[in-house]
Amino acid sequence: MTGNEAIAKAALDAGCRFYAGYPITPQNELTAYMSNHMQDKAGVFIQAEAEVAAINMVFGAAAAGARAMTSSSSPGISLKQEGISYIAGAELPAVIANIMRGGPGLGNIAPAQSDYFQATRSGGHGDYHCLVLAPASVQESYDLTGLAFELADKYRSAAIILSDGLLGQMMEPLLVKPQAASRKPQVKKDWALTGCAGRPANVVKSFYLKEGDLEKLNLELQKKYKEIQQKEQRWEELLLDDAKVVLVAYGTMARIARGAVKVLRAKGKKVGLLRPISLWPFPRKAFAQPKKKYLVIEMSYGQMLEDVQLTLCGKAGVEFLGRSGGGVPSEEEIITKVNKIYNG
Amino acid sequence: MDKIYSRPRSLRNVPTHYCPGCGHGLAHRLIAEVVDELGIRERVIAVAPVGCAVVAYDYWDFDCSEAAHGRALAVATGIKRVRPQNIVFTYQGDGDLAAIGTNETIHAANRGENLTVFFINNAVYGMTGGQMAPTTLLNQKTSTTPAGRNAKFQGYPLKISEMLALLPGVKYIERVALSGTPEIIQAKKAIKKALLNQMQGAGFSLVEMLSPCPTYWGLSPQESLEWIKNTMAKEFPLGVIK
Repeated sequence: MTGNEAIAKAALDAGCRFYAGYPITPQNELTAYMSNHMQDKAGVFIQAEAEVAAINMVFGAAAAGARAMTSSSSPGISLKQEGISYIAGAELPAVIANIMRGGPGLGNIAPAQSDYFQATRSGGHGDYHCLVLAPASVQESYDLTGLAFELADKYRSAAIILSDGLLGQMMEPLLVKPQAASRKPQVKKDWALTGCAGRPANVVKSFYLKEGDLEKLNLELQKKYKEIQQKEQRWEELLLDDAKVVLVAYGTMARIARGAVKVLRAKGKKVGLLRPISLWPFPRKAFAQPKKKYLVIEMSYGQMLEDVQLTLCGKAGVEFLGRSGGGVPSEEEIITKVNKIYNG
Repeated sequence: MDKIYSRPRSLRNVPTHYCPGCGHGLAHRLIAEVVDELGIRERVIAVAPVGCAVVAYDYWDFDCSEAAHGRALAVATGIKRVRPQNIVFTYQGDGDLAAIGTNETIHAANRGENLTVFFINNAVYGMTGGQMAPTTLLNQKTSTTPAGRNAKFQGYPLKISEMLALLPGVKYIERVALSGTPEIIQAKKAIKKALLNQMQGAGFSLVEMLSPCPTYWGLSPQESLEWIKNTMAKEFPLGVIK
Protein backbone atom coordinates (compact mmCIF):
# COMPACT_ATOMS: atom_id res chain seq x y z
CA MET A 1 0.00 0.00 0.00
CA THR A 2 1.20 3.55 -0.70
CA GLY A 3 1.51 6.20 2.01
CA ASN A 4 -1.33 8.14 0.42
CA GLU A 5 -3.62 5.10 0.49
CA ALA A 6 -2.63 4.33 4.08
CA ILE A 7 -3.82 7.80 5.13
CA ALA A 8 -7.15 7.24 3.36
CA LYS A 9 -7.59 3.76 4.84
CA ALA A 10 -6.76 5.04 8.32
CA ALA A 11 -9.32 7.81 7.95
CA LEU A 12 -12.05 5.35 7.00
CA ASP A 13 -11.04 2.99 9.82
CA ALA A 14 -11.22 5.95 12.22
CA GLY A 15 -14.82 6.63 11.22
CA CYS A 16 -14.21 9.46 8.76
CA ARG A 17 -17.46 9.63 6.80
CA PHE A 18 -16.95 12.77 4.76
CA TYR A 19 -14.18 13.49 2.31
CA ALA A 20 -13.97 16.32 -0.20
CA GLY A 21 -10.92 16.80 -2.39
CA TYR A 22 -9.60 18.24 -5.60
CA PRO A 23 -7.12 16.57 -7.96
CA ILE A 24 -3.48 17.53 -7.45
CA THR A 25 -0.26 15.54 -7.75
CA PRO A 26 1.30 13.85 -5.76
CA GLN A 27 -1.71 13.07 -3.55
CA ASN A 28 -4.21 11.65 -6.06
CA GLU A 29 -4.01 8.07 -4.71
CA LEU A 30 -5.59 9.33 -1.49
CA THR A 31 -8.59 10.81 -3.31
CA ALA A 32 -8.88 7.73 -5.51
CA TYR A 33 -8.90 5.42 -2.46
CA MET A 34 -11.62 7.53 -0.87
CA SER A 35 -13.73 7.48 -4.03
CA ASN A 36 -13.39 3.69 -4.16
CA HIS A 37 -14.06 2.89 -0.53
CA MET A 38 -16.13 5.67 1.05
CA GLN A 39 -19.33 4.20 -0.39
CA ASP A 40 -18.74 0.87 1.38
CA LYS A 41 -18.89 2.81 4.64
CA ALA A 42 -22.06 4.69 3.63
CA GLY A 43 -20.02 7.87 3.78
CA VAL A 44 -19.80 10.85 1.47
CA PHE A 45 -17.14 11.41 -1.18
CA ILE A 46 -17.21 14.64 -3.16
CA GLN A 47 -14.80 15.72 -5.85
CA ALA A 48 -15.10 19.42 -5.20
CA GLU A 49 -14.98 22.17 -7.81
CA ALA A 50 -12.02 23.78 -6.04
CA GLU A 51 -9.69 23.42 -3.07
CA VAL A 52 -11.49 26.31 -1.39
CA ALA A 53 -14.84 24.57 -1.82
CA ALA A 54 -13.41 21.27 -0.53
CA ILE A 55 -12.19 22.74 2.76
CA ASN A 56 -15.46 24.63 3.23
CA MET A 57 -17.43 21.44 2.62
CA VAL A 58 -15.30 19.88 5.35
CA PHE A 59 -16.19 22.87 7.54
CA GLY A 60 -19.88 22.12 6.97
CA ALA A 61 -19.59 18.36 7.53
CA ALA A 62 -17.54 18.91 10.70
CA ALA A 63 -20.06 21.51 11.92
CA ALA A 64 -22.76 18.87 11.45
CA GLY A 65 -20.79 16.48 13.67
CA ALA A 66 -19.15 14.14 11.15
CA ARG A 67 -15.52 13.11 11.14
CA ALA A 68 -14.42 14.94 8.00
CA MET A 69 -11.27 15.21 5.98
CA THR A 70 -9.66 16.78 2.95
CA SER A 71 -6.25 16.37 1.40
CA SER A 72 -4.09 18.13 -1.11
CA SER A 73 -0.53 19.08 -1.92
CA SER A 74 1.26 22.35 -1.28
CA PRO A 75 -0.33 24.81 -3.79
CA GLY A 76 -3.75 23.36 -2.95
CA ILE A 77 -3.11 23.64 0.78
CA SER A 78 -2.32 27.34 0.27
CA LEU A 79 -5.81 27.73 -1.17
CA LYS A 80 -7.34 25.92 1.80
CA GLN A 81 -5.89 28.34 4.34
CA GLU A 82 -9.06 30.44 4.38
CA GLY A 83 -11.11 27.45 5.49
CA ILE A 84 -8.50 26.25 7.98
CA SER A 85 -8.53 29.65 9.69
CA TYR A 86 -12.34 29.50 9.94
CA ILE A 87 -12.14 25.93 11.27
CA ALA A 88 -9.74 27.17 13.96
CA GLY A 89 -12.00 30.11 14.82
CA ALA A 90 -15.14 27.99 14.95
CA GLU A 91 -13.23 25.26 16.87
CA LEU A 92 -14.21 22.44 14.55
CA PRO A 93 -12.43 19.09 14.42
CA ALA A 94 -11.10 18.25 10.95
CA VAL A 95 -8.17 16.43 9.41
CA ILE A 96 -6.15 17.80 6.50
CA ALA A 97 -3.40 15.86 4.74
CA ASN A 98 -0.68 17.82 2.94
CA ILE A 99 1.43 15.63 0.66
CA MET A 100 4.08 18.30 0.21
CA ARG A 101 5.69 19.11 -3.14
CA GLY A 102 8.19 21.73 -4.28
CA GLY A 103 7.40 25.43 -4.15
CA PRO A 104 7.05 28.37 -4.19
CA GLY A 105 4.32 28.92 -6.74
CA LEU A 106 3.42 25.94 -8.86
CA GLY A 107 6.90 24.64 -8.04
CA ASN A 108 7.15 21.03 -9.14
CA ILE A 109 5.82 17.63 -8.10
CA ALA A 110 8.98 16.43 -6.38
CA PRO A 111 8.85 15.79 -2.63
CA ALA A 112 9.65 18.73 -0.35
CA GLN A 113 9.30 19.86 3.26
CA SER A 114 8.98 23.55 2.53
CA ASP A 115 5.46 23.95 3.99
CA TYR A 116 6.66 23.54 7.58
CA PHE A 117 6.16 27.21 8.41
CA GLN A 118 2.70 27.24 6.82
CA ALA A 119 1.64 24.15 8.79
CA THR A 120 3.14 24.97 12.20
CA ARG A 121 2.48 28.71 12.35
CA SER A 122 -0.93 30.17 11.56
CA GLY A 123 -1.08 29.25 7.87
CA GLY A 124 -4.07 31.51 7.37
CA HIS A 125 -5.04 34.72 9.13
CA GLY A 126 -5.37 35.02 12.90
CA ASP A 127 -3.69 33.66 16.03
CA TYR A 128 -4.17 29.93 15.81
CA HIS A 129 -2.36 26.62 15.51
CA CYS A 130 -3.21 23.28 13.99
CA LEU A 131 -1.91 20.01 15.39
CA VAL A 132 0.72 18.82 12.93
CA LEU A 133 1.83 15.17 12.72
CA ALA A 134 4.64 14.03 10.42
CA PRO A 135 4.76 10.34 9.46
CA ALA A 136 8.01 8.74 8.29
CA SER A 137 6.63 5.48 6.86
CA VAL A 138 3.52 3.98 5.34
CA GLN A 139 2.77 2.35 8.70
CA GLU A 140 3.04 5.67 10.47
CA SER A 141 0.93 7.39 7.78
CA TYR A 142 -1.81 5.00 8.90
CA ASP A 143 -1.18 5.24 12.64
CA LEU A 144 -0.85 9.02 12.82
CA THR A 145 -3.98 9.60 10.73
CA GLY A 146 -6.04 7.67 13.30
CA LEU A 147 -4.40 9.71 16.03
CA ALA A 148 -5.09 12.92 14.10
CA PHE A 149 -8.84 12.24 14.15
CA GLU A 150 -8.72 11.44 17.85
CA LEU A 151 -6.80 14.62 18.72
CA ALA A 152 -8.93 16.77 16.39
CA ASP A 153 -12.06 15.63 18.23
CA LYS A 154 -10.47 15.96 21.65
CA TYR A 155 -9.24 19.52 21.12
CA ARG A 156 -11.86 20.66 18.58
CA SER A 157 -9.03 21.63 16.27
CA ALA A 158 -7.74 20.99 12.79
CA ALA A 159 -5.06 18.32 12.63
CA ILE A 160 -2.66 18.27 9.70
CA ILE A 161 -0.87 15.17 8.42
CA LEU A 162 2.33 16.62 6.96
CA SER A 163 3.65 14.05 4.52
CA ASP A 164 5.48 14.51 1.23
CA GLY A 165 5.44 13.23 -2.34
CA LEU A 166 7.99 10.52 -1.61
CA LEU A 167 6.21 9.07 1.41
CA GLY A 168 2.88 9.42 -0.32
CA GLN A 169 3.93 7.46 -3.40
CA MET A 170 6.12 4.90 -1.63
CA MET A 171 4.81 1.36 -1.11
CA GLU A 172 5.45 -0.54 2.13
CA PRO A 173 3.67 -3.30 4.01
CA LEU A 174 1.01 -2.09 6.44
CA LEU A 175 -0.02 -3.81 9.64
CA VAL A 176 -3.44 -2.73 10.81
CA LYS A 177 -3.22 -3.02 14.57
CA PRO A 178 -6.28 -3.92 16.64
CA GLN A 179 -5.97 -0.80 18.84
CA ALA A 180 -7.05 1.20 15.81
CA ALA A 181 -10.60 0.48 17.01
CA SER A 182 -10.07 2.79 19.99
CA ARG A 183 -9.61 5.61 17.52
CA LYS A 184 -13.31 5.49 16.67
CA PRO A 185 -15.34 8.60 17.53
CA GLN A 186 -15.92 8.79 21.29
CA VAL A 187 -16.21 12.47 22.09
CA LYS A 188 -19.77 13.77 22.46
CA LYS A 189 -20.35 16.68 20.09
CA ASP A 190 -23.17 18.56 21.80
CA TRP A 191 -22.13 21.74 19.96
CA ALA A 192 -22.81 20.21 16.52
CA LEU A 193 -25.57 21.34 14.17
CA THR A 194 -28.14 18.57 14.12
CA GLY A 195 -31.40 20.51 14.34
CA CYS A 196 -32.53 22.05 17.65
CA ALA A 197 -35.01 19.35 18.72
CA GLY A 198 -35.12 19.27 22.53
CA ARG A 199 -32.34 21.81 23.06
CA PRO A 200 -31.57 25.50 22.44
CA ALA A 201 -30.33 26.31 18.94
CA ASN A 202 -26.61 25.78 18.27
CA VAL A 203 -24.52 28.25 16.31
CA VAL A 204 -21.16 27.46 14.73
CA LYS A 205 -19.24 30.66 14.09
CA SER A 206 -15.94 32.48 14.35
CA PHE A 207 -17.37 36.02 14.25
CA TYR A 208 -17.30 38.08 17.45
CA LEU A 209 -18.02 41.73 16.78
CA LYS A 210 -18.79 42.88 20.31
CA GLU A 211 -15.90 44.52 22.10
CA GLY A 212 -13.95 42.00 24.15
CA ASP A 213 -15.68 38.88 22.78
CA LEU A 214 -13.03 38.00 20.23
CA GLU A 215 -10.26 38.54 22.75
CA LYS A 216 -12.09 36.13 25.06
CA LEU A 217 -12.22 33.51 22.29
CA ASN A 218 -8.54 34.04 21.51
CA LEU A 219 -7.58 33.65 25.18
CA GLU A 220 -9.56 30.40 25.27
CA LEU A 221 -7.74 29.22 22.15
CA GLN A 222 -4.38 30.11 23.70
CA LYS A 223 -5.30 28.11 26.80
CA LYS A 224 -6.11 25.14 24.60
CA TYR A 225 -2.85 25.51 22.67
CA LYS A 226 -0.88 25.58 25.94
CA GLU A 227 -2.54 22.35 27.01
CA ILE A 228 -1.72 20.76 23.63
CA GLN A 229 1.89 21.89 23.97
CA GLN A 230 2.04 20.27 27.39
CA LYS A 231 0.39 16.97 26.48
CA GLU A 232 0.91 16.23 22.81
CA GLN A 233 4.63 16.46 22.09
CA ARG A 234 5.78 13.35 20.24
CA TRP A 235 9.18 12.29 19.01
CA GLU A 236 11.43 9.31 18.47
CA GLU A 237 15.01 8.98 19.71
CA LEU A 238 17.72 6.81 18.16
CA LEU A 239 21.08 6.30 19.93
CA LEU A 240 21.04 9.64 21.75
CA ASP A 241 22.61 8.58 25.08
CA ASP A 242 26.23 8.97 24.10
CA ALA A 243 25.70 11.05 20.97
CA LYS A 244 28.06 13.92 20.27
CA VAL A 245 26.19 14.97 17.17
CA VAL A 246 22.41 14.66 17.05
CA LEU A 247 20.69 14.71 13.67
CA VAL A 248 17.25 16.33 13.79
CA ALA A 249 14.99 15.38 10.90
CA TYR A 250 11.35 14.43 10.29
CA GLY A 251 9.41 12.47 7.69
CA THR A 252 11.28 11.31 4.60
CA MET A 253 14.38 13.19 5.71
CA ALA A 254 14.47 11.20 8.97
CA ARG A 255 14.59 7.93 7.01
CA ILE A 256 17.66 9.08 5.13
CA ALA A 257 19.22 10.45 8.32
CA ARG A 258 18.64 7.06 10.00
CA GLY A 259 20.67 5.41 7.25
CA ALA A 260 23.48 7.91 7.82
CA VAL A 261 23.45 7.24 11.58
CA LYS A 262 23.85 3.52 10.90
CA VAL A 263 26.85 4.06 8.60
CA LEU A 264 28.48 6.57 10.98
CA ARG A 265 27.97 4.33 14.04
CA ALA A 266 29.60 1.45 12.14
CA LYS A 267 32.62 3.72 11.82
CA GLY A 268 32.58 4.42 15.54
CA LYS A 269 31.10 7.91 15.34
CA LYS A 270 28.78 8.78 18.21
CA VAL A 271 25.86 10.05 16.21
CA GLY A 272 22.17 9.82 17.04
CA LEU A 273 18.84 10.84 15.56
CA LEU A 274 16.04 12.88 17.07
CA ARG A 275 12.90 12.60 14.96
CA PRO A 276 10.05 15.02 15.72
CA ILE A 277 6.71 13.27 15.11
CA SER A 278 4.55 16.16 16.23
CA LEU A 279 5.77 19.31 14.48
CA TRP A 280 3.20 21.41 16.30
CA PRO A 281 3.50 21.13 19.17
CA PHE A 282 7.22 21.01 18.51
CA PRO A 283 8.81 18.40 20.83
CA ARG A 284 10.75 20.88 22.97
CA LYS A 285 10.92 18.33 25.80
CA ALA A 286 13.24 16.20 23.65
CA PHE A 287 15.88 18.93 24.02
CA ALA A 288 15.66 19.15 27.84
CA GLN A 289 19.23 17.87 28.29
CA PRO A 290 21.01 19.32 25.28
CA LYS A 291 23.77 17.36 23.58
CA LYS A 292 26.83 19.16 22.30
CA LYS A 293 25.86 19.58 18.68
CA TYR A 294 22.76 19.31 16.54
CA LEU A 295 22.50 19.01 12.79
CA VAL A 296 19.07 19.88 11.44
CA ILE A 297 18.36 18.29 8.05
CA GLU A 298 15.36 19.29 5.96
CA MET A 299 14.03 19.24 2.42
CA SER A 300 13.76 23.00 2.79
CA TYR A 301 16.15 25.86 3.39
CA GLY A 302 15.74 25.86 7.13
CA GLN A 303 12.22 25.99 8.56
CA MET A 304 12.19 23.45 11.41
CA LEU A 305 15.70 24.78 12.02
CA GLU A 306 14.11 27.85 13.62
CA ASP A 307 12.19 25.72 16.13
CA VAL A 308 15.38 23.88 17.07
CA GLN A 309 17.22 27.18 17.51
CA LEU A 310 14.34 28.65 19.54
CA THR A 311 14.24 25.55 21.73
CA LEU A 312 17.98 25.40 22.38
CA CYS A 313 18.38 29.17 22.71
CA GLY A 314 22.14 28.95 22.22
CA LYS A 315 22.64 26.06 24.69
CA ALA A 316 24.16 23.86 21.96
CA GLY A 317 25.64 24.30 18.51
CA VAL A 318 23.11 24.03 15.68
CA GLU A 319 24.17 23.30 12.11
CA PHE A 320 21.96 22.94 9.07
CA LEU A 321 21.82 20.90 5.89
CA GLY A 322 18.96 21.38 3.50
CA ARG A 323 17.87 21.27 -0.11
CA SER A 324 14.51 21.99 -1.67
CA GLY A 325 12.87 22.23 -5.05
CA GLY A 326 13.39 18.60 -6.01
CA GLY A 327 16.70 17.98 -4.29
CA VAL A 328 16.75 15.62 -1.32
CA PRO A 329 19.88 15.65 0.88
CA SER A 330 21.52 12.25 0.35
CA GLU A 331 22.98 9.88 2.92
CA GLU A 332 26.45 10.77 1.57
CA GLU A 333 25.86 14.50 1.93
CA ILE A 334 24.74 13.95 5.52
CA ILE A 335 27.77 11.79 6.31
CA THR A 336 30.16 14.39 4.83
CA LYS A 337 28.49 17.15 6.82
CA VAL A 338 28.54 15.13 10.07
CA ASN A 339 32.20 14.27 9.62
CA LYS A 340 32.99 17.97 9.26
CA ILE A 341 31.05 18.83 12.44
CA TYR A 342 32.42 15.82 14.32
CA ASN A 343 36.01 16.71 13.56
CA GLY A 344 35.50 20.45 13.88
CA MET B 1 -59.94 38.26 21.55
CA ASP B 2 -58.03 35.93 19.26
CA LYS B 3 -54.39 36.73 18.61
CA ILE B 4 -53.99 36.64 14.84
CA TYR B 5 -50.50 38.01 14.37
CA SER B 6 -47.38 37.56 16.46
CA ARG B 7 -43.66 36.97 16.28
CA PRO B 8 -42.86 33.60 14.68
CA ARG B 9 -41.40 30.97 17.01
CA SER B 10 -38.38 30.79 14.71
CA LEU B 11 -37.56 34.46 15.24
CA ARG B 12 -35.88 35.56 18.46
CA ASN B 13 -37.35 38.43 20.43
CA VAL B 14 -34.45 40.81 19.82
CA PRO B 15 -34.05 44.04 17.88
CA THR B 16 -32.12 43.72 14.59
CA HIS B 17 -29.22 45.95 13.59
CA TYR B 18 -30.61 46.65 10.13
CA CYS B 19 -31.06 50.19 8.77
CA PRO B 20 -34.55 51.71 8.49
CA GLY B 21 -36.26 50.39 5.36
CA CYS B 22 -33.81 47.51 4.85
CA GLY B 23 -35.27 44.31 3.37
CA HIS B 24 -33.30 41.85 5.50
CA GLY B 25 -35.61 42.01 8.53
CA LEU B 26 -38.58 41.27 6.29
CA ALA B 27 -36.82 38.39 4.53
CA HIS B 28 -35.77 36.92 7.90
CA ARG B 29 -39.35 37.10 9.11
CA LEU B 30 -40.86 35.55 6.00
CA ILE B 31 -38.44 32.63 6.25
CA ALA B 32 -39.18 32.24 9.97
CA GLU B 33 -42.94 32.25 9.31
CA VAL B 34 -42.60 29.58 6.63
CA VAL B 35 -40.32 27.43 8.82
CA ASP B 36 -43.00 27.59 11.54
CA GLU B 37 -45.82 26.84 9.13
CA LEU B 38 -43.98 23.81 7.75
CA GLY B 39 -43.19 22.66 11.29
CA ILE B 40 -39.50 22.22 10.52
CA ARG B 41 -37.83 24.53 13.07
CA GLU B 42 -36.19 21.61 14.85
CA ARG B 43 -34.87 20.18 11.58
CA VAL B 44 -33.53 23.37 10.05
CA ILE B 45 -29.82 24.13 9.76
CA ALA B 46 -29.27 27.54 8.17
CA VAL B 47 -26.04 28.91 6.76
CA ALA B 48 -25.59 32.63 7.32
CA PRO B 49 -23.55 34.75 4.92
CA VAL B 50 -20.84 37.33 5.22
CA GLY B 51 -22.41 40.70 4.58
CA CYS B 52 -25.15 42.69 6.29
CA ALA B 53 -26.92 39.47 7.37
CA VAL B 54 -23.76 38.01 8.92
CA VAL B 55 -25.43 37.69 12.32
CA ALA B 56 -28.70 36.23 11.00
CA TYR B 57 -28.10 33.47 13.60
CA ASP B 58 -28.73 36.08 16.32
CA TYR B 59 -32.23 36.60 14.91
CA TRP B 60 -33.33 33.11 13.89
CA ASP B 61 -34.00 30.59 16.61
CA PHE B 62 -32.78 27.40 14.97
CA ASP B 63 -29.38 25.82 14.30
CA CYS B 64 -27.10 27.99 12.16
CA SER B 65 -23.61 27.92 10.77
CA GLU B 66 -21.41 30.72 9.64
CA ALA B 67 -19.67 30.47 6.28
CA ALA B 68 -16.72 32.38 4.89
CA HIS B 69 -17.60 34.98 2.26
CA GLY B 70 -19.01 33.16 -0.76
CA ARG B 71 -18.66 29.67 0.72
CA ALA B 72 -22.17 29.19 2.08
CA LEU B 73 -23.12 26.60 -0.52
CA ALA B 74 -19.94 24.59 0.06
CA VAL B 75 -20.63 24.61 3.82
CA ALA B 76 -24.30 23.75 3.19
CA THR B 77 -23.24 20.88 0.91
CA GLY B 78 -21.10 19.45 3.72
CA ILE B 79 -23.94 19.75 6.23
CA LYS B 80 -26.70 18.37 4.00
CA ARG B 81 -24.66 15.43 2.73
CA VAL B 82 -23.91 14.18 6.24
CA ARG B 83 -27.38 15.04 7.58
CA PRO B 84 -29.83 14.52 4.71
CA GLN B 85 -32.72 14.34 7.19
CA ASN B 86 -32.23 18.02 8.09
CA ILE B 87 -33.54 21.00 6.11
CA VAL B 88 -30.56 23.07 5.06
CA PHE B 89 -30.73 26.51 3.50
CA THR B 90 -28.30 29.32 2.77
CA TYR B 91 -29.08 33.02 2.99
CA GLN B 92 -26.76 35.03 0.78
CA GLY B 93 -26.37 38.49 -0.66
CA ASP B 94 -25.41 39.39 -4.20
CA GLY B 95 -21.70 39.86 -3.54
CA ASP B 96 -21.55 36.63 -1.57
CA LEU B 97 -23.51 34.48 -4.03
CA ALA B 98 -22.70 36.06 -7.39
CA ALA B 99 -19.15 37.45 -7.01
CA ILE B 100 -16.80 35.82 -4.51
CA GLY B 101 -18.93 32.69 -4.29
CA THR B 102 -19.91 32.25 -7.95
CA ASN B 103 -17.94 29.02 -8.20
CA GLU B 104 -19.55 27.47 -5.12
CA THR B 105 -22.99 28.62 -6.30
CA ILE B 106 -22.73 27.21 -9.82
CA HIS B 107 -21.29 23.88 -8.76
CA ALA B 108 -23.69 23.24 -5.87
CA ALA B 109 -26.52 23.96 -8.34
CA ASN B 110 -24.94 21.79 -11.00
CA ARG B 111 -24.57 18.89 -8.57
CA GLY B 112 -28.27 19.29 -7.91
CA GLU B 113 -27.65 19.49 -4.18
CA ASN B 114 -30.97 19.12 -2.35
CA LEU B 115 -30.62 22.57 -0.80
CA THR B 116 -32.57 25.81 -0.65
CA VAL B 117 -30.99 29.18 -1.37
CA PHE B 118 -32.40 32.55 -0.35
CA PHE B 119 -30.62 35.12 -2.45
CA ILE B 120 -30.98 38.75 -1.36
CA ASN B 121 -30.29 41.03 -4.31
CA ASN B 122 -30.01 44.69 -3.30
CA ALA B 123 -27.53 45.66 -6.02
CA VAL B 124 -24.83 46.85 -3.59
CA TYR B 125 -22.42 45.61 -0.94
CA GLY B 126 -24.11 46.96 2.17
CA MET B 127 -21.87 45.84 5.03
CA THR B 128 -18.71 47.32 3.57
CA GLY B 129 -20.11 50.68 2.55
CA GLY B 130 -22.20 50.49 -0.61
CA GLN B 131 -19.68 49.32 -3.20
CA MET B 132 -20.63 48.04 -6.65
CA ALA B 133 -22.09 44.52 -6.61
CA PRO B 134 -22.27 42.12 -9.55
CA THR B 135 -25.97 43.02 -9.71
CA THR B 136 -25.50 46.80 -9.62
CA LEU B 137 -27.52 48.37 -12.44
CA LEU B 138 -25.94 50.33 -15.29
CA ASN B 139 -25.54 54.00 -14.34
CA GLN B 140 -26.23 53.17 -10.68
CA LYS B 141 -23.97 55.20 -8.41
CA THR B 142 -22.13 53.29 -5.71
CA SER B 143 -19.10 54.11 -3.58
CA THR B 144 -16.86 52.39 -6.15
CA THR B 145 -18.75 53.62 -9.22
CA PRO B 146 -19.15 57.30 -8.28
CA ALA B 147 -20.06 58.22 -11.86
CA GLY B 148 -22.45 55.28 -12.18
CA ARG B 149 -21.74 51.74 -13.40
CA ASN B 150 -20.30 51.89 -16.89
CA ALA B 151 -20.57 48.68 -18.93
CA LYS B 152 -17.34 49.49 -20.73
CA PHE B 153 -15.33 49.26 -17.54
CA GLN B 154 -17.50 47.40 -15.03
CA GLY B 155 -19.50 45.06 -17.22
CA TYR B 156 -23.20 44.39 -16.88
CA PRO B 157 -25.56 43.44 -14.04
CA LEU B 158 -25.08 39.70 -13.58
CA LYS B 159 -28.28 37.69 -13.94
CA ILE B 160 -27.11 34.68 -12.03
CA SER B 161 -30.60 33.26 -11.53
CA GLU B 162 -31.09 33.07 -15.32
CA MET B 163 -27.62 31.51 -15.65
CA LEU B 164 -28.35 28.88 -13.02
CA ALA B 165 -31.68 28.06 -14.66
CA LEU B 166 -29.72 26.56 -17.55
CA LEU B 167 -28.35 23.79 -15.34
CA PRO B 168 -30.15 20.44 -15.34
CA GLY B 169 -29.46 20.01 -11.59
CA VAL B 170 -31.66 22.99 -10.74
CA LYS B 171 -35.29 22.30 -9.81
CA TYR B 172 -36.77 25.71 -9.14
CA ILE B 173 -35.77 29.37 -9.38
CA GLU B 174 -38.07 32.31 -8.83
CA ARG B 175 -37.36 36.01 -8.56
CA VAL B 176 -39.58 37.95 -6.17
CA ALA B 177 -39.45 41.46 -4.69
CA LEU B 178 -39.86 42.83 -1.19
CA SER B 179 -41.40 46.00 -2.57
CA GLY B 180 -45.07 45.92 -1.63
CA THR B 181 -47.81 43.76 -0.11
CA PRO B 182 -48.71 41.66 -3.18
CA GLU B 183 -45.00 41.11 -3.96
CA ILE B 184 -44.30 40.10 -0.35
CA ILE B 185 -47.18 37.62 -0.36
CA GLN B 186 -45.69 36.13 -3.55
CA ALA B 187 -42.22 36.08 -1.92
CA LYS B 188 -43.57 34.03 0.96
CA LYS B 189 -45.17 31.56 -1.45
CA ALA B 190 -41.85 31.16 -3.25
CA ILE B 191 -39.99 30.62 0.04
CA LYS B 192 -42.45 27.91 0.98
CA LYS B 193 -42.17 26.20 -2.39
CA ALA B 194 -38.37 26.24 -2.23
CA LEU B 195 -38.36 24.61 1.22
CA LEU B 196 -41.07 22.11 0.28
CA ASN B 197 -38.98 21.08 -2.72
CA GLN B 198 -36.15 20.17 -0.39
CA MET B 199 -38.48 18.30 1.97
CA GLN B 200 -39.66 16.28 -1.02
CA GLY B 201 -36.08 15.65 -2.15
CA ALA B 202 -36.66 17.50 -5.42
CA GLY B 203 -33.27 19.20 -5.57
CA PHE B 204 -31.73 22.65 -5.81
CA SER B 205 -34.14 25.57 -5.33
CA LEU B 206 -33.36 29.27 -5.24
CA VAL B 207 -35.49 32.31 -4.45
CA GLU B 208 -33.99 35.64 -5.49
CA MET B 209 -35.46 38.55 -3.56
CA LEU B 210 -35.04 42.09 -4.85
CA SER B 211 -34.56 43.88 -1.58
CA PRO B 212 -34.35 47.56 -0.63
CA CYS B 213 -31.18 49.22 0.63
CA PRO B 214 -32.23 52.84 1.22
CA THR B 215 -28.93 53.69 2.91
CA TYR B 216 -26.73 52.92 -0.09
CA TRP B 217 -29.27 53.75 -2.76
CA GLY B 218 -29.51 57.27 -1.30
CA LEU B 219 -33.29 57.03 -1.26
CA SER B 220 -35.95 57.07 1.41
CA PRO B 221 -37.50 53.72 2.36
CA GLN B 222 -40.63 54.59 0.36
CA GLU B 223 -38.61 55.73 -2.67
CA SER B 224 -36.58 52.52 -2.46
CA LEU B 225 -39.71 50.39 -2.84
CA GLU B 226 -40.68 52.48 -5.87
CA TRP B 227 -37.17 52.07 -7.30
CA ILE B 228 -37.44 48.29 -7.06
CA LYS B 229 -40.77 48.34 -8.90
CA ASN B 230 -39.92 50.92 -11.54
CA THR B 231 -36.21 50.41 -12.16
CA MET B 232 -34.69 47.30 -10.62
CA ALA B 233 -37.47 44.92 -11.68
CA LYS B 234 -36.99 46.10 -15.28
CA GLU B 235 -33.45 44.72 -15.24
CA PHE B 236 -34.36 41.76 -13.04
CA PRO B 237 -37.89 40.72 -14.11
CA LEU B 238 -40.01 39.02 -11.47
CA GLY B 239 -41.47 35.58 -11.89
CA VAL B 240 -40.62 31.91 -12.08
CA ILE B 241 -37.37 31.52 -14.02
CA LYS B 242 -37.36 27.75 -13.84
